[in-house]
Amino acid sequence: MPKIEETSLPGVGLRLDFTAEDGSRIGVVHHRTGRRELFVCTAEDPDAAVVSLNLSDEDSHALSEALGGSTVIANLMDLQQRVKGLAIDWLSVDGETPYAGKTIGDARIRTRTGVSVVAVIRGDQPHPAPGPDFRIETSDTLVVVGTPEGIKSVHEILTAG
Amino acid sequence: MDHGALLLVELGAVVLVLGILARLASRLAISPIPLYLLAGLAIGEGGLVPVVTSEEFIEVGAELGVIFLLLMLGLEYSARELVVGIRSVAPAGLVDLALNFSPGFVAGLLLGWGIVPSLFLGGVTYISSTGVIAKLLNDLGWTGNRETPVVLSILVFEDLAMAILLPTLAALALGGSTAGAILTVGIAIGIMTAAIAFAYRQGDLLGELVFHRSDEVSLLSVFGLTLVIAGLAEGVSISAAVGAFLVGISLSGEAVARADALLTPLRDLFAAVFFVFFGLSTDPGEIPGVLLVAVLLGVVTAATKIIGGRWAARRNGIGPAGQRRAGLILMARGEFSIIIAGLAAGVDGAEELPALAAAYVLLMAVTGPLAAKLADPGRRRATVG
Repeated sequence: MPKIEETSLPGVGLRLDFTAEDGSRIGVVHHRTGRRELFVCTAEDPDAAVVSLNLSDEDSHALSEALGGSTVIANLMDLQQRVKGLAIDWLSVDGETPYAGKTIGDARIRTRTGVSVVAVIRGDQPHPAPGPDFRIETSDTLVVVGTPEGIKSVHEILTAG
Repeated sequence: MDHGALLLVELGAVVLVLGILARLASRLAISPIPLYLLAGLAIGEGGLVPVVTSEEFIEVGAELGVIFLLLMLGLEYSARELVVGIRSVAPAGLVDLALNFSPGFVAGLLLGWGIVPSLFLGGVTYISSTGVIAKLLNDLGWTGNRETPVVLSILVFEDLAMAILLPTLAALALGGSTAGAILTVGIAIGIMTAAIAFAYRQGDLLGELVFHRSDEVSLLSVFGLTLVIAGLAEGVSISAAVGAFLVGISLSGEAVARADALLTPLRDLFAAVFFVFFGLSTDPGEIPGVLLVAVLLGVVTAATKIIGGRWAARRNGIGPAGQRRAGLILMARGEFSIIIAGLAAGVDGAEELPALAAAYVLLMAVTGPLAAKLADPGRRRATVG
């Protein structure tokens, strides 16, 4: 993935842009007012925008949806395939768990298994990087990263204690 | 008609005319500032339809206009952006200052105006119009362009320079001894630095204190606070405008976007009144006499802005087309030139300054955006939305 560069635009907002494979520059200006402006510059004159589109909040979500969802998830999938011996999994917490209402720290997941809980998904809401005092509830989904065996142990801990 | 009724009718007619002019400007896609100035010239003494009854009211409105313009300018930047901006852009900012202040200053001396009025003219030719340029960047779809951060940081530098220039000029306008003037300037710079340091450290604290979920509370608090600080600043002779600018800088955080929405309509109203008042207090009879000087000054300072902008863009690795755009977009002068010229009211030897500044801004606020638009290869662009 090309590196996204961040440039502050004093009085306007923030510009994020990157150079695409064909040499054109693609970016988004995040205006302080919340408006987003999508622009494209061709390789012949990388300084000037040939297209600029004003997007509302809703438009931006629709566009990112159309482009294929969150890049964070895509990156995680990539990670899962590339790094040997490292696995990522989504574990759902069902009603039988002894840890419902307890914190991640109480379950001592990392101490016992070496596995990290990188996010908790509750309903539609992701809670990235939860701390040890984050309370687990039934029907949460834990996103965990670790060795395949470690993840298996986490699954057992969550169901049996 | 009694006085009160006449006042309302006159004032209403003036504002109504401004509304029509703003509509015209929007249709022609130009800045409304030159049209407001022309309207002011037409209704002033020696103009087409002199307005008498409401002049006092317009004068107070004009003062509020300056305060709102500078408050909103301060709101555009956080103290952090100013401090970071000033470091990264200092060389380009200084070149821009030297190139564009000098023509006005030298022209003043050549006209035999004396040092102080010439310094005012230097200020008039120096400062680009943040308002006109911000609108242009948007209209032309240049916000994402690579030269735009360079352009914006030069504007940041100019605005900071103006925060020092305004109190300095205000001190000089008061006259008095050289030592007294130096002292006032010293105090002004000291207060400026302290205020920016305060704004830098306190973060969003002031914004959270002043703003409230009710728009009414927020509006009254911001307006009141700004007027008090502006008044105090005027009292210690560092000019109300600078006081308002400092309030704007000190307010930051999430509150700013809301402040924008609340204050923009007020700014638009009173800034329009301010331009009218400037035109109104300028004798249109003097304009033909200064027109040639204004045109010459316009040609020279268009060139100096272009040279400065190109140089700054080239230093930042921007290609030739981008360099040209950076230079052209900086050409426009507007509100701040008028504010500086307005400060010179009553300065000995600056009698011709209002007429010259009005003619100069009329010229630059129209030709600047036109030149930038011509540089834009419209056929390649498809702006939507």
